[in-house]
Amino acid sequence: MNIEKFISEFADQFDDLDTSSFTAETLFKENDEWSSMTALSVIAMVDDVYAVRLTGDDIRNSKVIQDIYDIVLKKSNS
Amino acid sequence: MQAFIKAISYHLPQNQLTNADLSALFPEWGVEKIANKIGISTRHIAAEDEFASDMAIAAAQKLFAAHNINPTEIDFILYCTQSPDYFLPSTACIIQDKLSIPVKAGALDFNLGCSGYVYGLALAKGLIAAGIATNILLLTAETYSKFIHPKDKGNRTIFGDAAAATLISTEGFAAIGNFELGTDGKGAENLMVKQGAIRYPEKSADTVHDDYGNEQSLGSLYMNGPEIFAFTSKEIPALITDTLKKNGVRKDEIGQFILHQANRYMLEHLRKKMDIASENFYIYMAAIGNTVSSSVPVALDEAMKEKQVTPQTKWLLAGFGVGYSWAGTVITFI
Repeated sequence: MNIEKFISEFADQFDDLDTSSFTAETLFKENDEWSSMTALSVIAMVDDVYAVRLTGDDIRNSKVIQDIYDIVLKKSNS
Repeated sequence: MQAFIKAISYHLPQNQLTNADLSALFPEWGVEKIANKIGISTRHIAAEDEFASDMAIAAAQKLFAAHNINPTEIDFILYCTQSPDYFLPSTACIIQDKLSIPVKAGALDFNLGCSGYVYGLALAKGLIAAGIATNILLLTAETYSKFIHPKDKGNRTIFGDAAAATLISTEGFAAIGNFELGTDGKGAENLMVKQGAIRYPEKSADTVHDDYGNEQSLGSLYMNGPEIFAFTSKEIPALITDTLKKNGVRKDEIGQFILHQANRYMLEHLRKKMDIASENFYIYMAAIGNTVSSSVPVALDEAMKEKQVTPQTKWLLAGFGVGYSWAGTVITFI
């Protein structure tokens, strides 16, 4: 897993906004486009690409993209 | 005695809530884009004085008329709803009277949501197998619109009201196979109307926001969409595999997979995960939304109009959601 690829995959779940500025430290919930639908898309993407099951709580407890990445990394190693 | 599905009809309330209506109500929100993702263009919404039991009765009357069924033939009513008329009596008793079903018929309500139809088939099959009843009227009816906070744009986009009536009998067009059922009450809090029943009788007017800015109150419907998605993604592929196993059939022997029509995005995710071709995976929700316990019978009815069936054609039915609760079976056309 690498963080650059993950940020790009994460950003793909946003439809409209310019996500090229997304970094590991982006507070993604402050993005106007963030909604339960985007959250759901992130869960689906992580399931598809990494075969990892993120929960709603994992999303709730995360602030920046790095937080989600760390959870995925931890779960894929366990 | 074997159990068969003999006839299905459904009823939708007249009022509609289109994407354009939602867009006018919530101009700041990209309704079109989201509705497009979840595959819903419009939903039918019960009028203020129209209740789930009214819709169930309308569906039953349609069933009787369309399939030339006399209400006197019915010897059991199973009514699946989470929107009963009263705490007591069972709404099924009121429905018996209004439909002029004989007083010798059994009748009961059961409270389930999106898994309710398949559970109803399981109960009906049990009644037939035990020789308790021979013509069972299974009704599913829901008015989640009455639970949803008027400002809750997310849930208003997803859910539609509907009712369906199915006759299960000792003969019919499709034999009801074996069941795989499941329950996990740990998920109860993720899809809930918390107030207004016995534990919390008072409905607070205070508005709360969910994690995604949808306005709700504790007396209105709360759904943790991402959590429900995560549950579905984990449990449903296993439910499908186990349902196939229980019925001794392979995935490629199933003509149509008819799952609870939660939303298209979720269904597509499940379809790809289970590696099912889209032509074998029926989706019917653009014109009605997620109709909870009626989504499977409505989709089944529509699929039968659209898809060819021959003797021995097998379709898989699966419902899942609030509870958590899930159920699957295979029907075989005769």
